[in-house]
Amino acid sequence: MLELKNVSYRVGTPDGELEILKHIDLTIPDRELVVFTGPNGGGKTTLAKIIMGLVRPTEGQVLYNGEDITELDITERARRGISYGFQQPPRFKGITVQTLLQLASGGEKLTKDRCCAYLTQVGLCANDYLDREVDTSLSGGEVKRIEIATVLARGSSLMIFDEPEAGIDLWSFARLTETFEQLHRRKEHTMVIISHQERIIRLADEIVVVSGGGITNRGSTEEIFPLILANTTGACPVIGRKERSE
Amino acid sequence: MITEIDAKLLEKIADLTGKPAGALNIRKDSGCEARQSTEHIAITGKEDKPGIDIRIQNGTRGEKCYIPVIISKTGLSEMVYNDFYVGDDCDVEIVAGCGIHNAGCDESRHDGVHTFYIGKNSRVHYSEKHYGENAPEQTGKNVMNPKTVVYLGEGSVMQMDTVQIRGIDSTRRETQFVCEAGSEVVVTERLLTHGNQTAESEMEIRLNGAGARGRVISRSVAQDQSRQVFYPKMVGNSACFGHVQCDSIIMGEAKVQSIPAISANCTDAQLVHEAAIGKIAGDQLLKLETLGLTPEEAEETILNGFLA
Repeated sequence: MLELKNVSYRVGTPDGELEILKHIDLTIPDRELVVFTGPNGGGKTTLAKIIMGLVRPTEGQVLYNGEDITELDITERARRGISYGFQQPPRFKGITVQTLLQLASGGEKLTKDRCCAYLTQVGLCANDYLDREVDTSLSGGEVKRIEIATVLARGSSLMIFDEPEAGIDLWSFARLTETFEQLHRRKEHTMVIISHQERIIRLADEIVVVSGGGITNRGSTEEIFPLILANTTGACPVIGRKERSE
Repeated sequence: MITEIDAKLLEKIADLTGKPAGALNIRKDSGCEARQSTEHIAITGKEDKPGIDIRIQNGTRGEKCYIPVIISKTGLSEMVYNDFYVGDDCDVEIVAGCGIHNAGCDESRHDGVHTFYIGKNSRVHYSEKHYGENAPEQTGKNVMNPKTVVYLGEGSVMQMDTVQIRGIDSTRRETQFVCEAGSEVVVTERLLTHGNQTAESEMEIRLNGAGARGRVISRSVAQDQSRQVFYPKMVGNSACFGHVQCDSIIMGEAKVQSIPAISANCTDAQLVHEAAIGKIAGDQLLKLETLGLTPEEAEETILNGFLA
């Protein structure tokens, strides 16, 4: 189980202190699929990065499986079973897709079949990609799918994906959604997905709406999703509802 | 006699263990440690100066030739001339390389000139690795100045892989290609410097014949206070295609200069150059850390991949 207790994140700016996240309390039970959604700049990615240790909170605690991991670095968190798929993954000159998958799996030598399975899950053909370097010769969408494949290869108990759909074509996205659905059905991993896509949001056990540095609403897909759909052209009703009630 | 230290050097620079099949010449401390010719590849010593001639008959295919150099005597300095005569329609692999184990406080130095005369429609894969090390507590400098000159005949292809692994205090590398019609050269250069080492690499590829193609992929890592300078130059004298790509990772207080040049003397010459110098990107380190690597392991993985 993942618990965030009173997590805040502030940064200094020339105009004074800016609060990116404000006193977040959140619990994510094991093997659930939780989607973080909300407007751009609302704090979703910062919240996800705090879970992975990519950003250190200025206040509050992060607990994973009962252990306080607030002071642990990224490597230690990764070794405790947290992984992260970046929204804009880096490229590596000289490192092949196969090597990256091998590093991700961290264990015994990955067979070609295993690599192939991970790449197929993100809509890539292993024969075309395994020996290719993860460099600028790959398109943004290809690098993104390889990034997601590394998280699958890692097989962590908690997988975080930051906008997995960004930069991916419609056909590959459909395949990716199937993969998330299959993973969720197997109930072996907890998944946190930052997304704005209906097809992903519909897979969630719980939707967490992050806006203005706080959680403005949360609940089951059945409860929250209709509110999001109700008005997607103007101000978000989900956020509005919470604000009105305050 | 090949000692344990020599054997390790040979494995490092030429992946050589035991006595391989194929042509062979092992030069050790300016002497000939082993020599072996084959039916199609003849190796003979030069009469007028230090070095060897390697003559590869027309139509020789699938053969390998090893010509590593090792130095284990401190203070030794040598200048060696090796000439390669590769016939027509060949497909061969040549493995060179130089390793120095410096067991004293004097400078050990190997300067070598390799000249290739490659016939028509042949393929040559040439690789050389350079490596230096010091015995514990010893400070003798390790110096290597290799010069490679290649005359590439019509329709021939040469792939040259050159690697400076580590431990070379000073190097000045000169590489020249003269390419006839329909020939193709691909040079991959990998270079690591550390400590106070210096490296300078000057390369010129002259694409003289119609349809000639040249590609240079140079990657280097400069650590600590080391200094590197690159001058890759592609000259198009015909309807040809040339591409120069130089990438360097700079670390510590190192200094790197990359000065690629392309020069067209024909309206149908198509030449491109790219050069980039930068430190290891922070997001690369973070990504590998999310895969469970420590920051040190992540850095090593990035550097090893970059120089692979």
